Formats: sequence, C-alpha cells, structure tokens
Amino acid sequence: MNPSVLILGATSDIGMALAEKFAQNGYPLVLAARNSQRLAPLQSDLEIKYGTGCEVLEFDITHTDTHQATWDKLQEKPGITICVAGYMNENERVIKDTAETLKTIATNFTGPVALLNIIAADYAEKGKGIIAGISSVAGLRGRQSNYIYGSAKAGFTAYLSGLRNRMYSHGVHVLTVLPGFMDTKMTAHLKLPRLLTAQPARVADAIYRGILKKKNTIYIKWFWKWIMFIIRHIPESIFKKKKL
Amino acid sequence: MKKQIANWGNYPRIESDEQTFSFTEELQTYVKKKEPFIARGYGRCYGDASLAPNTISTLRYNKVLSFDTEKGIFECQSGLTLDKVLAIIVPRGWFLPVTPGTKFITIGGAVASDVHGKNHHVDGSFSAHVIEMDVIGTDGTLYTCSPTLHSDLFRATCGGMGLTGVISRVKFDLKKIETSYIKQKQLKAKNLEDILRLFEENNHYTYSVAWIDCLKKGKGFGRSILILGEHAKKEDIPAKFRENPLKLPPQKQILFPFNLPSFVLNKLTVKAFNFLYYGKNLKREINNVVSYEPFFYPLDAIQLWNRGYGKKGFIQYQFVLPLESKAGLIEILHRISDKGIGSFLAVLKVFGRQDDLISFPREGYTLALDIPVRNGLFPFLDELDALVLKYGGRLYLSKDARMKPEILENSYPHLSAFKEIISKYNPQSAFSSLQSERLHITSR
Ligand SMILES: Cc1cc2nc3c(=O)[nH]c(=O)nc-3n(C[C@H](O)[C@H](O)[C@H](O)COP(=O)(O)OP(=O)(O)OC[C@H]3O[C@@H](n4cnc5c(N)ncnc54)[C@H](O)[C@@H]3O)c2cc1C
Repeated sequence: MNPSVLILGATSDIGMALAEKFAQNGYPLVLAARNSQRLAPLQSDLEIKYGTGCEVLEFDITHTDTHQATWDKLQEKPGITICVAGYMNENERVIKDTAETLKTIATNFTGPVALLNIIAADYAEKGKGIIAGISSVAGLRGRQSNYIYGSAKAGFTAYLSGLRNRMYSHGVHVLTVLPGFMDTKMTAHLKLPRLLTAQPARVADAIYRGILKKKNTIYIKWFWKWIMFIIRHIPESIFKKKKL
Repeated sequence: MKKQIANWGNYPRIESDEQTFSFTEELQTYVKKKEPFIARGYGRCYGDASLAPNTISTLRYNKVLSFDTEKGIFECQSGLTLDKVLAIIVPRGWFLPVTPGTKFITIGGAVASDVHGKNHHVDGSFSAHVIEMDVIGTDGTLYTCSPTLHSDLFRATCGGMGLTGVISRVKFDLKKIETSYIKQKQLKAKNLEDILRLFEENNHYTYSVAWIDCLKKGKGFGRSILILGEHAKKEDIPAKFRENPLKLPPQKQILFPFNLPSFVLNKLTVKAFNFLYYGKNLKREINNVVSYEPFFYPLDAIQLWNRGYGKKGFIQYQFVLPLESKAGLIEILHRISDKGIGSFLAVLKVFGRQDDLISFPREGYTLALDIPVRNGLFPFLDELDALVLKYGGRLYLSKDARMKPEILENSYPHLSAFKEIISKYNPQSAFSSLQSERLHITSR
C-alpha cells in the first residue's frame, strides 16, 4: 500500500498539481493549508476522480507554536511530506516594509524549518519517511531584484541539505526541489520567458519522479542547472555591477 | 497577463489582459474591479463572444464538487471541460445529457451558450438539464439560481453569453447508459427533399444530424448523409466489447501543424472533399456500432484543425429557420451554392421545440457552415442575414463575429426582456464582450 502524502501549502498551484499527481497514482492525501475551506473543492474532486482518501488540515506555516499540535493531531502520520508553502511579494515593497520582510522569511524559511524539524524527528524515530522541500533557484545567489525571498530560500536550501545529511543514517530521505520560473499565481504579475517557465503539472510530474527515484536535488527544466551554474560563477566584482 | 487571443474561428484576434483564478473568493474579488471584462472558457465559440480587453479565464477553476452515481447528478466548477467530465462519468454508466460537436468546451461555456447537440429534438438544449447554478454578480455577490430560484437570472444566464455574471458552479443531470458505444445508422439522401423527408421519418432516433453538400447544383442539390444514433445496449455490441462495455475510447490526437494559406481551401478542394466523402458511402444505408468518440467528436481527433482556414480565420455561419420556412432554406442554400463558397463542414439538423429567453434553438432547420474570411464575405453574409430575417429565423451568438445589431434586434423575440434582466444584474455593463458591445446589448 502507498504511504499517504502530506502537502503543506496545498492551495498553491504547485500544491494542487501535486495533489492531483499523487491521487492519480493511488496515494492517500493529507492536504494542509491556511484556509482549509479552499481545499474542499479539491478534496471532493480528487475523491470523485480517483477514489483516494483525502483529508484536510488547517494550519499556518508561520504559526510555529501550533506546529507540534498540528502534527500530533494526525491519527496516521503521512509517510511522505512535501513542503510547498512559500510567499513572494515585489522586492521593492518587501524591503521597505519590515512586516513584509519578516513574513517572507517566516513563510519561506523559519516556518518550514520549525515544522520539518518536528516531522523529521518523528521519521527518524520510525526509521523511514520522505521529505521534499520546494526551494528555489533564487536561493543560489542573491540578486538585487529578489534578495529577501532569495536569501530565505537560500537558508531553506541549506537546511534541506543539512537535513538530508543528518537523516541519511536514519533511513529518511530528503529531496530538494529547485524550480526556476513557474506559471503560477505567485508569478502572475511577472512577464516570464515562455521557454524557461514550467507549468504546474510539469513541476508536479518532476517532483513525483524525484521522490520515487529518491533524488537529492532536482531542477525543474534541466537548463536551469546550467543557467544557475553560470550565474553562480560570475566573479562578485562583476556580478555586483550587474542589474540582475 | 497580456496576450493575443482569438476564438475558434481565429477572427477577430485581439490583445487581452487575461487573468486566472482557482478559488471562488478570488473570482469575487476580481469581479469587483473597475474595468469591464468577460468570462472566458476554452475559447471554442467561433467569434467574439468571449473576447474583451479584459478577460478572466475559468480554466483553473475546474473541480468536481459532487457526483451522485445513483441518481446521475453531477456538480462542478464552471471551468471543467466536457472531456474531463466524460472520463469520470462514462466508466460509471452515465453520459452528458447534451453535448456539442466538440468535447473541448467548459461547463460554463455550455450554459452561457446554452449549447445543443444531435439530440435537441428529443432532449432540448443543455440548460434544460441544469438543476441549479451559482452566478457571481457585478458586486461579487453569489446568486444561487434555478428555474424557481432567482428564475429571471437563471433564464437570462442560459444562453446569455456571460452577460449576467460569471457562472461559478453548475449542477446538472446526466443520461444513463449501458455501454460507451453508439449504434449508428448512416443514410444517403439524393437531394434536399430527400434529406428533409428522412429527418421526418427518423425523428424517433435520439441523435440525428446531416452533412450536406452546399455546392452541388441541379438534381443533386442538397444531397447529404444523415447520421442517426442511439446509445447501444449491452446486447447491441460485439461480444469482444462486452467485457468492458463502458470502456473509455483512446484519446489519440494529431496536431494540425501549421496555418494553411486560405487559397488552399478554394472551391476545388471543397469539391474534392465532398467527392471523397460520398465515395466512402457507396451504399445507401450503413449500420454499425462505434465508440461515442467518433460519433460525437469526429473533429476532435485533429487538434487545432481550425488552422486549415489560414491566418485570416473563418466564420461559422449558423442560423435556424422555422419549419414552415423550407422555402427559405432552399433559397439560402441556393445563394451559397451559387456563390461557391460553401465549406466541407456544412451541418444540417432539425431542432425540436424550445422557447427560451435568449437561447438560440427554436423549432426548425439549422444549418452551419464554415467560410474563410476574405474580401466580400461580410456583405454577402449581410445578404444572407436579410434572408434569415425574412424567413423568421435567427443566428447563433456563439458562432457570430459580425452580425449587425438590427439583425439581432429583429430576430430574437425576447431580446428586450433579456436586456431588462441584464440591466438589473449588470447595470454598469461590467460584464461586456466585443460581441455585446457590437450588438448594443451592453454599452460602456
Ligand atoms: C468543433 C466545434 C463544434 C461545435 N459544435 C457545437 C454544437 O454542436 N452545438 C453548439 O451549441 N455549439 C457548438 N460549438 C460551440 C461551443 O460549444 C460553444 O461556443 C461553447 O460555448 C464554447 O464553450 P467554451 O468553454 O469554449 O467557452 P468560450 O468560447 O470561451 O465562451 C463562450 C461564451 O460563454 C461565456 N462563458 C464561458 N464561461 C463562462 C462562465 N463561467 N460564466 C459566464 N459566461 C461564460 C463566454 O463569455 C462566451 O460568451 C462547437 C464549437 C466547435 C469549436
């Protein structure tokens, strides 16, 4: 029997696409989001289409004091956890507004870390489990146009690699997902180059395969790996003068 | 996001700021914005009904809400497409109560155009099967309406081309089936008299439609093939299908690779096509059992076949004439064949009774044909419009891209009642399309 899959941030476009992908392949789901009312249509949709069990959970990734209770509330602990929760606003607004800065960091970094610590500890005790974290290529080098979000994601990426290292001896696997541009609501206001932009369903396919194959780090659309390789290797003395 | 959009006829093509949403509250927030806009489904109407400088695409709002497999009642969000609905309901022994000639349309589009199928004379149009729906009005209010609840809104939304608000949720009933196959009969008709008689003789069939050759003159004028069908019962299908009688047909699709220059589609190719089509049907009558896919959706096998009409696009001209206006049908067909512009996709059907507020179907003959856009076409269509009007008929808004407002005014008898309901639910013309502006149904 397939383990159930916990999707943290299930009302995001990627979250919904992942839910569909796993349900289609016969995995029971636990869908978690801030606004659980929004999950009701997705829940009925997946149950009717695929006949899989689908539980709904209300939680807020930034409310770290509720994380332990949220996890404890789950009767049967999902064997796979995918953290899709994230938040991105326009950088100009974020840097001028401390509340926005802290929200960006809390949603992309400290919140997920606090919750995944709890889940990882449980998995480690059981000696099995899979954790996938959706980070971003934006975390691979800070750029003036997106560095608050980028630095939070950089922190998250570092956390995931450390967690993978620690969990290895416990039989728990950790996958880091580094998407580039995605065609989602989060990016709806941006003009993105079509060729570099991935559709939610494609992203979900790639993550699904990454989990089955126990990959360590995956990029969505292969060329992002090479784009980021180049960006990371531009000498800082040149990089700092660029409008990126 | 700003992008170039066009509907199936590729005419007209405009730039539109197209937004999407996944949740009802997002839609309610969007609706309250200042600029006018129109709801857009899969863009399978032919003309300008779902075009506007601002559009909201329903395609991500596509969840199934409930499915009563005992009673055959289905409920979903408006952006769900018919192909997805079929994939869910057919294996469980149900079918769409009414389906147009393509499965790539949304449920919202099915209601807003009040689409008809080959079974109109038996089952009416799509709205006859709608039990209840939600419509988001101008200030974001969600109205639940049905034939008895906010019935004015219900009546004006069925066939109302998105002008009363955005349909968000639809609950409708399904048709019970034993198998996913259709018992099909094809009959050859020598001429127009012959085909009209065959329609009459076979009106007990659930499904009927005819392909008609618009170019043939003289004795064979109006020659056609009548296609009849019934949902096959278990005993009707070959033994090898009986193991899995509700099997879904394979979804093979070929992509039409590029825009053809429209001269390729000249009189000759049209004639050649018709010749081939007839060649296949040497016998006067053919009986067979086919999957529902080729029966209902023969054209869906070729993705983007509309490219075959070239960059300038095409018009699908569809009208309905009352049964007593057979002379009108003959006159219009003569005009088309004299002009030599008829397409290989001319479809003739007899509608049953219907008298709704703004829906297209009414009892009579309906003819639909595709014509590539070119110089001189619009004046010619204006002449046809005048004939349609003279014979008491009307045009289908879902296919229209060029009708003049006077034509609409004089052909839809309940237009003023429709406009009154629009002014109640959409007083500032917040919902408005290129079509509604052109036809003076809304005015900004
Ligand atoms: C090959 C082919 C065959 C066809 N055969 C038939 C046929 O046999 N019978 C028939 O009746 N039609 C037929 N059609 C036409 C088609 O069924 C209709 O135009 C249908 O409305 C298209 O739905 P859509 O989702 O593509 O919507 P669009 O084309 O995007 O929109 C159509 C209209 O619906 C409105 N609309 C869409 N969604 C909503 C919503 N959620 N709320 C409010 N308004 C909305 C739009 O504003 C617009 O006015 C055919 C079309 C094609 C391409």
